[in-house]
Amino acid sequence: MNGTGLLRRVAPQLLTLAAVLALVTVFFPSFLSVGLSGDRLVGSPIDVLKRGAPVALLAIGMTLVIATRGIDLSVGAIMAICGASAAFAVDQGWSLGVAVLLALGAGLLCGLWNGFLVAVLGIQPIVATLILMVAGRGIAQLITEGQILTFSDAGFAFLGSGAVLGLPVPAWAWILAGIVVGLVVRRTALGLLIESVGVNLRASRLAGVNSTVLLLTVYMISGLCAALAGLIVTGDIRGADANNAGLWLELDAILAVAIGGTSLLGGRFSILASLIGAMIIQSINTGILLAGFPPEFNLVIKAILVLLILMLQSPRLGDVAAGLLARRRRADETGAAPRPVQEAGR
Amino acid sequence: MNLRRLPLYVTIAIFVLAFLLCWLQFPRILSTRVVGNLLTDNAYLGIAAVGMTLVILSGGIDLSVGSVIAFSGVFIAVLLRDTGMHPLAAFALLLMVTTAFGAAQGALIHGLAMPAFIVTLAGMFLARGIAYLLTLDSIPIDHPFFETLQRAYWLMPGKGRFTLLGAVMLLAVAGGMLLAHRTRFGTNVFALGGGEATARMMGVPIGQTTVLIYAFSGFMAGLAGIVFAVYTAAGYPLATVGVELNAIAAVVIGGTLLSGGSGTVLGTLFGVLTMGLIQTYIVFDGTLSSWWTKIVIGLLLFLFIVLQKGLLTIGAARRAA
Repeated sequence: MNGTGLLRRVAPQLLTLAAVLALVTVFFPSFLSVGLSGDRLVGSPIDVLKRGAPVALLAIGMTLVIATRGIDLSVGAIMAICGASAAFAVDQGWSLGVAVLLALGAGLLCGLWNGFLVAVLGIQPIVATLILMVAGRGIAQLITEGQILTFSDAGFAFLGSGAVLGLPVPAWAWILAGIVVGLVVRRTALGLLIESVGVNLRASRLAGVNSTVLLLTVYMISGLCAALAGLIVTGDIRGADANNAGLWLELDAILAVAIGGTSLLGGRFSILASLIGAMIIQSINTGILLAGFPPEFNLVIKAILVLLILMLQSPRLGDVAAGLLARRRRADETGAAPRPVQEAGR
Repeated sequence: MNLRRLPLYVTIAIFVLAFLLCWLQFPRILSTRVVGNLLTDNAYLGIAAVGMTLVILSGGIDLSVGSVIAFSGVFIAVLLRDTGMHPLAAFALLLMVTTAFGAAQGALIHGLAMPAFIVTLAGMFLARGIAYLLTLDSIPIDHPFFETLQRAYWLMPGKGRFTLLGAVMLLAVAGGMLLAHRTRFGTNVFALGGGEATARMMGVPIGQTTVLIYAFSGFMAGLAGIVFAVYTAAGYPLATVGVELNAIAAVVIGGTLLSGGSGTVLGTLFGVLTMGLIQTYIVFDGTLSSWWTKIVIGLLLFLFIVLQKGLLTIGAARRAA
């Protein structure tokens, strides 16, 4: 995709993000100000970049999984497992490198398990990943023995709350991960192959795509992203909480992908749009808090915004709008709300 | 033997086998007390799972169930605290609200052609959000009628209590069985789960059926909320987080295909009871930690999913032969 094409693809998400930011700024005027404290940038936008890191990381893997017409419900539980493994390693006195490798390895293994169920056994993704979603927290609790494993390793804590060149480490993590994965899938044929599997598994198999390896890889990337998110969350609170680490984040990640306009039916995907989607969700979360609404309004406002965004992107509503705005739509087709099936088929 | 029935038989066999194993280790587990408690403690889950069964049979999913149960408890508690309303009137009002809530979800799913997963996810946020708006605290319910409901039980031989709550669950299961397996609506649900395109060609009213399915799930979630409120005698907006997952797990362990179109309501009851039995065993054992519940349920899920997959493959091979 060239520059203008990319901009057109993410225009609805950028507009939504701008609208959300503008809305929050109306209620909380200093929302957009960024200052420098010591050698760190501070301010609400930086906070959004940092707090949104877990969902953004998960959204990277989730985008690829959803593009293959799958879904990964287990990422929240994988976060808990990986955080617990790393905290366990640090607690045993092993070095930070070992702890990080252990966590990443655990994430890859979880992804391999999901991928095996989906690609080799041919189980529906929502069911296959449900198993680890239910059992995963039990496994994480097994590792932490039901406690919240705390540690005081400065290096590990740096992963969650440190800063490099003024920007928090978590923000770097998702930005870099997004760039790496984005480049790998878009500068090679990998992205195209993932889309082909999502559009029509059988046809792409007949065309010679090794869908088994591809699906395994995609779920393993998702597991790896979840491991990174787990490390960040664990480092941030300096403890592994098997019960609450990453709780319900899989839903936020799926939401980020949906807001990013990637169809849940597979096919065309955009990692950048999903990342903007993650930032939209985090802006809503942070914005509601800063705007001074009582916290009990959070979920209701979030639900209403989600419904609004989804309605605007709904294929059927798009058809109705198409009738009314036929001419404008033709001129601005790629920028309009995604119409997954047709787009994917093109 | 009918292959379609096999998952149901396997579910029942696993429950009986698990019960036997528990009994060998703890003979006292085979008492009407344990059985009575099994029914009472899992009543709200069982009721919610009946609604979930129909949703899953139709190929959909309802993530809003747990939040609706929490909302129901809070709604009843606030109504009883702030108005002089009789609990029965509050129950009726609540069931209307949750049924309408479910119907609205169904209408959105059909009207917007959005995945049920996403719409009910928003519904999950919304229901819990409204519960938060009503109160952030746990509100006790101390209406005399509630005490009557709590104390309503039939003392079985062996001093086990067959409570009203357990009876409500069994009635809900019976109602769900009738609805799913003996009515035109139920047939439509199965047809829809088999594939929307084929169902439409067979003349199934897709929109109407979808709205009714989610309305039914909303109604059942409301009923589960009432049972939970009676069970805990309180309304708490943070209660029953993740119950939708337990309900889905119970449906799958009960032998219903998560992709829709095949399954039974009776199996779901045994799925719920199996999950309850695991917890009872852990309580009896006393040394096992609670996280084993999750791991064992995960293993059971895996077992059933692989079994289903195997049956589907065998079925397809037979058809091809």
